[in-house]
Amino acid sequence: MANPQMVMYEEEFNLIQGIVDRLVREANAQVVFIIDKNGQLIAASGETDQLDTTSLASLTAGNIAATGGIAKLLRENEFTTQFHEGERANIHIQLVGNRVILVVIFDNKTSLGLVRLRVKKASEELNGIFEQLLAKVQDPDHETPFAEITDDDIDNLFND
Amino acid sequence: MSFINYLSREINCKIVYYGPGLCGKTTNLQHIYNKTNPEAKGKMISLATETERTLFFDFLPLALGEIRGFKTRFHLYTVPGQVFYDASRKLILKGVDGVVFVADSQIARMEANIESMENLRTNLAEQGYSLDKLPHVIQYNKRDMPGIASVEELRQILNPNGVPDFGAVATTGEGVFETLKAIAKLVLTELKRGGGAGGR
Repeated sequence: MANPQMVMYEEEFNLIQGIVDRLVREANAQVVFIIDKNGQLIAASGETDQLDTTSLASLTAGNIAATGGIAKLLRENEFTTQFHEGERANIHIQLVGNRVILVVIFDNKTSLGLVRLRVKKASEELNGIFEQLLAKVQDPDHETPFAEITDDDIDNLFND
Repeated sequence: MSFINYLSREINCKIVYYGPGLCGKTTNLQHIYNKTNPEAKGKMISLATETERTLFFDFLPLALGEIRGFKTRFHLYTVPGQVFYDASRKLILKGVDGVVFVADSQIARMEANIESMENLRTNLAEQGYSLDKLPHVIQYNKRDMPGIASVEELRQILNPNGVPDFGAVATTGEGVFETLKAIAKLVLTELKRGGGAGGR
């Protein structure tokens, strides 16, 4: 299976959300979010009210994809970490297990060193959870919500 | 690669608009954006050059409604059509659930259409996908222009498999939503069949 489907269940989501919530506190960050490499938002924590997280997720994934393309040209496997420094906001982007992207947005209330330290620990934990999730999805017995969907359901979606 | 979230009860799918330079991919997305209710859409992002040519991609998140309690969300992307942006096109195709191939109906652009279609096949194959197995539709755009090929002619050259196809004038919106509905339906039907991503 070249490209397994991403599925999120309550059990794993709660674990992931716990890590993201903790990372906001421990790194003293403004916002932390996790997206998959295709740009789908998986979890977010912190001051997300003012942020367009959908757009951020898509652009970050594009950024990671472009950087991955550059790495390939240089015969590198991946550049796993990116850091962008602004006047007020900074963004730290970490590729986790070559599958999901951990993004931390922070200001001058914290330091890059602390963010990196906390991100490293969180990445290891997240990696384990996503591996567990992948194993679950690849289990042939796993159910999908599509099993019960009928052609009529799909047609009804497009009735104006 | 669709993303199913049992917690928020959402199904997310990725649709890519592909085609030669200046065929109207971005115009398709702009029309969808302009004609969609604010609550059903997010911000449209265009990473374009100063001359408004797509540099990396356009992005438009769209909510289409609910199926059995699951919200269906589609992320629409365009690729840059110009030949030399091939590396970027490959990146955007990653994780795609469905493709809209936008062809330029003008006879002068026939070769560009064929080249772009071959490029789509090659780039999908590099990622282990086959266009023949991936949900896709074809749009013959610019039907209002002078010097255009007939739909039959275009169909013969670009649509040998007989996938759903539509004539369109993206600048006025003609055919734009018909195309979108067709691809969304194909993607959901494929997911229902337990497929998803044409490589399996």
